[in-house]
Amino acid sequence: MQLSRRSFLQATTLSGGGLMLGLFSASRKLTAQNAQQGPPPFDAKAFIKIAPDGTVTLVARNPEIGQGVKNMLPMLIAEELDIDWKSVKIEQADFDPKYGLQTTGGSRAASNNYMPMRQVGAAGRQMLIAAAAKRWGVPESECFAENGRVYHRPTDRSLGYGELASAAAALPVPDLKTLKLKPATSFKIIGQRTMGVDVPDIVTGKPIYSIDFTLPGMLFAVYEKCPVFGGKVKSANIDEIKQLPGIRHVFVSEGTIKLGPVLDGDPGLEPGIAIVADSWWFAQSARKKLKVEWDNGPAASQSSTGFAQRAQELSKSAPQRMLKQEGDVGSAFSNGSRVVEAAYSYPFISHAPLEPRNCNATYQNGRLEFWSNTQLPARARALVAKHLQIPEDSITIHLLRAGGSFGRGLSNDYMVETGYIAKTIGGPVKLLWSREDDMRHDYYRPGGFHFLKGAVDSSGRLVAWQNHFVSYGDGEKFSPAASISPTEFPSGFVPNYLLGASVMPLQLKTGALRAPGANAQAFVFQSFIDELAHAAGKDPVAFRRDLLNQPGEKLVAGAAKPKVENEPATTKQAAKPQAYDADRMLAVLELAAEKSGWGKRKLPAGTGMGIAFHYSFQGYFAHVAEVTVGPNNTLKVNHVWGVGDVGSQIVNPSGAEAQVQGAIMDGLSEIMGQEITLEGGAVVQSNYDKHPLLRMKNAPQIEVHFHATDHEPTGLGEPALPPLLPAICNAIFAATGKRIRELPLAKSGFSWA
Amino acid sequence: MAFTLTVNGRQMTADVPDDMPLLWVLRDVLKLHGTKYGCGIGQCRACTVHLGGEPVPACLTPVSEATRAPITTIEGLSADGTHPLQAAWREMDVPQCGYCQAGQIMAAAALLKKHPKPTDADIDAAMSPNLCRCGTYVRIRAAIHKAAGTSAA
Ligand code: FES
Ligand code: FES
Repeated sequence: MQLSRRSFLQATTLSGGGLMLGLFSASRKLTAQNAQQGPPPFDAKAFIKIAPDGTVTLVARNPEIGQGVKNMLPMLIAEELDIDWKSVKIEQADFDPKYGLQTTGGSRAASNNYMPMRQVGAAGRQMLIAAAAKRWGVPESECFAENGRVYHRPTDRSLGYGELASAAAALPVPDLKTLKLKPATSFKIIGQRTMGVDVPDIVTGKPIYSIDFTLPGMLFAVYEKCPVFGGKVKSANIDEIKQLPGIRHVFVSEGTIKLGPVLDGDPGLEPGIAIVADSWWFAQSARKKLKVEWDNGPAASQSSTGFAQRAQELSKSAPQRMLKQEGDVGSAFSNGSRVVEAAYSYPFISHAPLEPRNCNATYQNGRLEFWSNTQLPARARALVAKHLQIPEDSITIHLLRAGGSFGRGLSNDYMVETGYIAKTIGGPVKLLWSREDDMRHDYYRPGGFHFLKGAVDSSGRLVAWQNHFVSYGDGEKFSPAASISPTEFPSGFVPNYLLGASVMPLQLKTGALRAPGANAQAFVFQSFIDELAHAAGKDPVAFRRDLLNQPGEKLVAGAAKPKVENEPATTKQAAKPQAYDADRMLAVLELAAEKSGWGKRKLPAGTGMGIAFHYSFQGYFAHVAEVTVGPNNTLKVNHVWGVGDVGSQIVNPSGAEAQVQGAIMDGLSEIMGQEITLEGGAVVQSNYDKHPLLRMKNAPQIEVHFHATDHEPTGLGEPALPPLLPAICNAIFAATGKRIRELPLAKSGFSWA
Repeated sequence: MAFTLTVNGRQMTADVPDDMPLLWVLRDVLKLHGTKYGCGIGQCRACTVHLGGEPVPACLTPVSEATRAPITTIEGLSADGTHPLQAAWREMDVPQCGYCQAGQIMAAAALLKKHPKPTDADIDAAMSPNLCRCGTYVRIRAAIHKAAGTSAA
């Protein structure tokens, strides 16, 4: 991505000397009004600060949720600025529209920042060189920068950046078009394994997370909500609770949400009871003594078994609407030599980051100030403003490190609750959800049902694919993260294709979980492709190779992710239609087969290998898994080979490899035991014992390979997860002949060996 | 009730109910925030501290019981972050979000005290109670081996 023509750089002098360099976008009303008042305050939107003593501070603008963006963004600047990474200070930006896009989601950090952050760095370097050349009275072409100094080649003179910073700040900022970026061959920081900038603080227990943040006089709160979405308090023993030790405030909220299907992300403030105390333990203990009579409301009629039954019924009729139709599946099925039909399903699951939702806020003189681990501060502010009736410009948000997020922090219900409590008590407060709150009031990855039919011809090629997707939503709208792209693979790769959908209204919050859509659909499609490969009598790799090797165009237009409904506006970028590059996928498929010794190794009985690929969030991934299934369906995953193509350059190989390792472990957690079910409208599971994570003894060996190609670098938070699940299921089939069509595996009697 | 605890070699007093878990005494009363809350029911061990040298989940340890032996938290594992495990964690770049890592390091430190040269099986046994939502297990294992000067099986 290039900077838009309306972006420009701006330099400012630091008070006390020094340079500050920022990236500005003209679309942000930096115009008339600011022009009259002179340049914006110099701490605005600045990414580089160079103090007279040479200390360089780089600002990381995106929220850090554990994916390493606090390294990657500054590394891009530092590379082009030519400074020693070890000497750099990194500062987390607060939420401030002047920094431009500050969002973590959609695996967009690499592609949104790769060029702009390097341009910021290169501009800084060029200005420092110009300042030195001017001071020495020599041509710029005789000077070069290295490790925080500018050198004059012929005379071997040099000046430190600190000595040049003030002079540089007074120079005109170079035109973006004239900036010379380094060729990848001379990178010294980009491409180096680089330790997370917060790791020294993490390993010594420094209070860097949102849950650790304190303010003088801060109180601690819990917020008890109805187990059923939207349920209201009919009566409660509030007066009794007020008398308990350490309790300062107890109050009931009616909430601001509308009942009915949840279709638009954050519904607002849910009804509940706030208990505010001197310590969180007092609040939580008092809450256990609450006696509440709830008015459960209409959502109480929902149950998982009810939805499953309804999905079966819907599958018997034509889809409520057609999403895509190509060729003629009907005649292909009557002519196809082999027709396979299968019904697949997957459950709702919870994000369950290890740090439960929490937020800090204080309210004073009509102003609300937050310290939060949100992934989407801009949306959080708009939401709080709307539901608490506070103007947006009276709301400040500071960003704190999140103990995991996986998409949970894209929704900001907990910030509305915190803001509400702070406003009500008129002071500083920390709202901390218990683990049970976190699991029972999540924005769940929605479950779904796919009724599939496919045909292969006598030569073993896929000729028809039909899918009736039964999901959640209302009318034309899918519930958040419950949609499907009409052009999802294998659309465009099979001559006769039909995708239809039916929806069931859902009164429960759903939302994006790491690789939304893909994290469920890859399991279905890559498992079904395996079934078709076996029906065709072909090796699973060979069948996939043929599928990707369609005659004609290798870029299948729009096959990627043309539209994600209900996605936050700020990540709409991720919804830009993109072509599916069959050659890139073929290459990772071949590499995964090669690295894993596909078809070359003799495996003992009960051991099998499975392969799967999936494109999501601009990344091409293929995984191979080797599993052993013992007596009583005990599963051991011996080895996973993960191969990805995310473009030309891995910025931080340590962080990149960690994202793939983590995605594989995450997929293993999901596949074995994770399932959120509803009974009487309430979520049944409430902690890790019933919604388990993988443990170390069950973790496989993992090998990660990146296949570099001449494409823009793209992100890694998500695309490595989806193919893991079908690779495991296909390996189970290879080992046992048992086809998994329903997740989690525990439902089919599997457990970890 | 006032309880006297020895935390990281210092005597500290907390006037709290006797069933208050050590986790919340550390975090909300003594303002030591390195020990983390993840589940409150013994499932995640993000709250692991040493009580008399043994790893215990602070969320399930009432303060009344925590008086019986000295307590070490992540803040007290070493004076300056130089415990071999802390060094290995940095070198292997173990943390992702990092939230579980105080608990992981405390569990690993207790393991190395008992088994200075742990095998993979020793590591599995000692570390499997600790959850990592981000899936850093490959690097945790490697970092323990690094700190112990052993190699993976
Ligand atoms: S918080 Fe103690 S085990 Fe999870
Ligand atoms: S590093 Fe995030 S939970 Fe372990």
